[in-house]
Order: sequence, then C-alpha cells, then structure tokens
Amino acid sequence: MLNLLQKIRAIVNKTQVFKSIFRHGYPDTDGNRALVMFSNVILHLHPVRVRRGALKIKFTWCLGGLTFLFFILLAITGVVLMFYYVPDTRRAYNDIRDLGTVIYFGSLFRAVHRWSAHAMVFSVWMHMTRVFMTGSYKPPREFNWVVGVILLVTTLVLSWTGYLLPWDQLALWAVTVGSKMAEATPFIGAAGPFGPELGFTAENDMAFALLGGTVVGQSALLRFYVLHCLALPLLMALFIAVHFWRIRKDGFSGPL
Amino acid sequence: MSDKVSDLAQDSSKSGRLASLIKKTAAEKVEPEDTVLVWPNLVYLELICSMVAVAIMLFLSLVSPAPLEELASADTTPNPTKAPWYFLGLQELLVYFDPWLAGMVLPTMIIVGLVLIPYVDPNPRGKGYYTFSERKFSMLGFGFGLALWWVLIVVGVFFRGLDWSWYWPWDDWHYHQPAGAVKLVDLEIILQNLLGLSESPLVTLGRYAITTANLITWVLFLAFYAVGFTVPFLFFRDFYRRLGFVRYNLVMVMFISMMGVPMKIFVRLLADVKYVLVTPWFKI
Repeated sequence: MLNLLQKIRAIVNKTQVFKSIFRHGYPDTDGNRALVMFSNVILHLHPVRVRRGALKIKFTWCLGGLTFLFFILLAITGVVLMFYYVPDTRRAYNDIRDLGTVIYFGSLFRAVHRWSAHAMVFSVWMHMTRVFMTGSYKPPREFNWVVGVILLVTTLVLSWTGYLLPWDQLALWAVTVGSKMAEATPFIGAAGPFGPELGFTAENDMAFALLGGTVVGQSALLRFYVLHCLALPLLMALFIAVHFWRIRKDGFSGPL
Repeated sequence: MSDKVSDLAQDSSKSGRLASLIKKTAAEKVEPEDTVLVWPNLVYLELICSMVAVAIMLFLSLVSPAPLEELASADTTPNPTKAPWYFLGLQELLVYFDPWLAGMVLPTMIIVGLVLIPYVDPNPRGKGYYTFSERKFSMLGFGFGLALWWVLIVVGVFFRGLDWSWYWPWDDWHYHQPAGAVKLVDLEIILQNLLGLSESPLVTLGRYAITTANLITWVLFLAFYAVGFTVPFLFFRDFYRRLGFVRYNLVMVMFISMMGVPMKIFVRLLADVKYVLVTPWFKI
C-alpha cells in the first residue's frame, strides 16, 4: 500500500502541472526541504535552518504565531459574517439574530469570530509580555517593538469597533462608555480640559468625529463597520508584514 | 552579525548559498549551536500548535456561543454598563480619575511608555533569555505596571456590579449596595479645614481663584514629581549615569506618573479624597 502511494507520488511529481506549481519534489530530502522555503511565499517567512533552540516552546510559547493565527481565523470568519450583515440600525440586530436561527453554521461562525477576538487580544498581550521578559526588544529590534505596539493598539481598536456591530444593548452602551471618554479628550473634546476654551462643542469635537454625530446612531454604526471590516484590517495586514519582515531580517533573539 | 555578513558575501549566487545552507561540511561548522531544517521541524510544530488552537476555539464556540442581548435602545441604560474586559482596567480607573485622565491621558501615556521602552533601556544584558537579576529595575517597573493593569481588569470584571459598586462573589448581585455614608472631599478643602486657612483667594486669574490651600496642593503635586526626579539623581548616581539626561527624564516622568496612579487610588480609598488638584479647567 505504502509502496503504491510512493509510486503514485513519483509519477505525480514528474507531471508538468506539479512541477509548474511546486518546482521541486516533495520535501522529504534535505535539498527539497530547503527549496520549499524558497519557492513558497508563505513558508518564505521562515529561514531554511533554525538553531535547535528555536524548537523550545518554553521560550516563545508560540504566542506571536498564535496571535497571527487568530487574526487569520478572524479574517476568514469575518468575511463569512459579512455576507449576512448589513450595517443599518434597522436590520443589523436582526441580521445577527438570524445567524443563530436561520443560517447554517451562522452561530458557529459568529462564536469562533468572538472567541478568536478575545483570544487575539489576550495572546497579543501575552506575546508582548514575553518579548519584554526575554529582552527581545533590545537593539537591533527596537523598531519592531514599536511596530508591535501599533499592532496591539490596532487589535484593541478592531475589537472595540466590532463590539458595536451586533447593535444590542451590550454593543450600544459599551461604545457609549468609550465615546464619553473621547468627549473628554484634552484640547479636542467638548468635555475635556481646555476643549471648550478652544471652541470645541458636542458638534465638532473628537467624539463627533468618531461617531459621526452626537450620539451612537446610524453614522456611528457605518463608521465602525467600515473601520472594522476594511480600514483597520488593511492597516493590520500592512504592519504584520513589516513586523514579520523585520523578524526575518534581524533574526530571533536568544536561543532561536 | 559579522558571520551573517561574510555568509552573504561568500554566497552571492543563490545556488552557492543554498548549498551552504543544506550541506554541513566540517569547514562550515562555525555556527555556535547546531541547526535543524525548518521543514519539517519548525513547520510541523507550527502546524500542531495551530491545530490545537483551532480545536480550542471550536470547542469554546460550541460550549459558549456569542451572546446577543436585547435590541439597542437609548431609552434603557443597563446597570452596570460594562465595556469589553480588556477595557475594564480603564473603566475601573474612572472611579478614581476624571474621563480625560482615565480614558485619554493615561492610555496615551501607557502607549507612549511602551513605545519608549526599547529606547530608554540601555542595558545590553538580558537579551534573548529570561533573567531577573541582570535587569531588576526594568523587570520590576514593567511587572508593576502589568500587575496594576491586570488587577484593575480583574476588579472590573469580577467585583463590580450594580452602580459600579463593589460586590463580592457571594453577595446578591441583584440588589443595590447601600449608598455609602462616605462623602468624598477635595484635598484642598481638607487642608483648608485642617490648617484653618482662609477661603478667600490670594489671586484671581480669570476664572481661577487661587486660595492658599489650592496653592499648597499645587506645591504637593509638583513636589511629588520633584522628589521623584531628584532622589534617584542624588542617591543612585549609577542609574542616572547609565541612562543619561534625556533617557533619565523620559523614564522618570513615565515611572513617577505610573506610581501616581496607585497613590491616587490609595488616597481616595484611605482618606476619601476626591481630587488632589483642582483648577477650573481640569481636576486630578
């Protein structure tokens, strides 16, 4: 049986289609195992060889990779959810409710999206803690730590914007708490220090820019939807690319 | 580093570089530790890790689906109104600070502080391995901030109920806690009564009527920073010398502000002080 599979593989490996896609044989020889790293765009994020210490889970706890995995899970489930959701205050809530009642696996996709979001916030935080504890931000990796902080903030804002979309009581009031804080921004918030002195009112301040109005309503829902589904994920992907690129250029700190 | 450069220089052609990476002849064993191929060693580890994580996500999703409360309504405010758990640290700070501080200035300082970390830590040791003894100050400083953050989150998630009152897990969370007899007072009023100072202002700058007590609170507030800046400068000369002027000032303004947060919380809890510093424009 095994013999037969090997024979089939040998034939498949020689076909023009296989060669055009993979350009080399299955990575079961050292040569092909190196080539696979060069010829695959995703695997190319890795070097060909790593020091044996890189396999130690107790150094990284896989936290950066897990954060990325959760981002991927969120992107996939998020796209599915977008098919069933319209950011209109009159139907957003019902769209979300339909996910749990009439759409096949709708509840599961929404639940995975929610759990991955919680997990991503948690793992990005743990990842930063680990990077601090191992001093991996030290030269020459200072700027990659800064990129990491940007990714942390983007993660938090993504989570927060997503919180509004179900348009239930939890969503509305959690975001109201946040917008009250925006209102209190020093200098550019209507309720913040020196805000009124500088001419800011409820109709032109920081909170107004965030919500597109004075209360959390249709404009806020649309803004949060566009930020959540388009602007912030793109920003995130951009900085993830920079983050990974830098790791690849600088190498890992420590035993890796 | 020099290894890397010479490595690149030697193997300018792709095939040459490949060959050096694949073969491990005796001449090439200059690396400090022995290496392994990423495929299959690391790639499979990542695959297993991802599969376990996805399995856990699916399990949690099946056990506990996403909640959906009633339709959003501006007419009924839920009590308490809680933000998602990762923001409850900030929301808990709202008990002790005004929104401009708790919601805007302190989070901004946290983010700026995080960004500054690699630029104000000149200690070359402790790079790439876990150590406490070789970098005590940075570990303690970061650990303190982290602990504070998590404590505030835990309090916000598990101990705050109706009206944002404190609830123990065994309390009945359906009943309002009796309103406390505690009345919060500004520090300047406490000082005024304690020292028998006059209520009439010394100077009036527009809306700002500065009393003697108010002036004292300014002195106390600035003294907190002044002492914080001076003590390490005078008594930990090594610490100052290692950091240099710019780094020292950046570290200290962040560190002292961070210490100010629990201090304000304690002053509030122990002495019922509402604000330590009051101006017409902002209150701290």
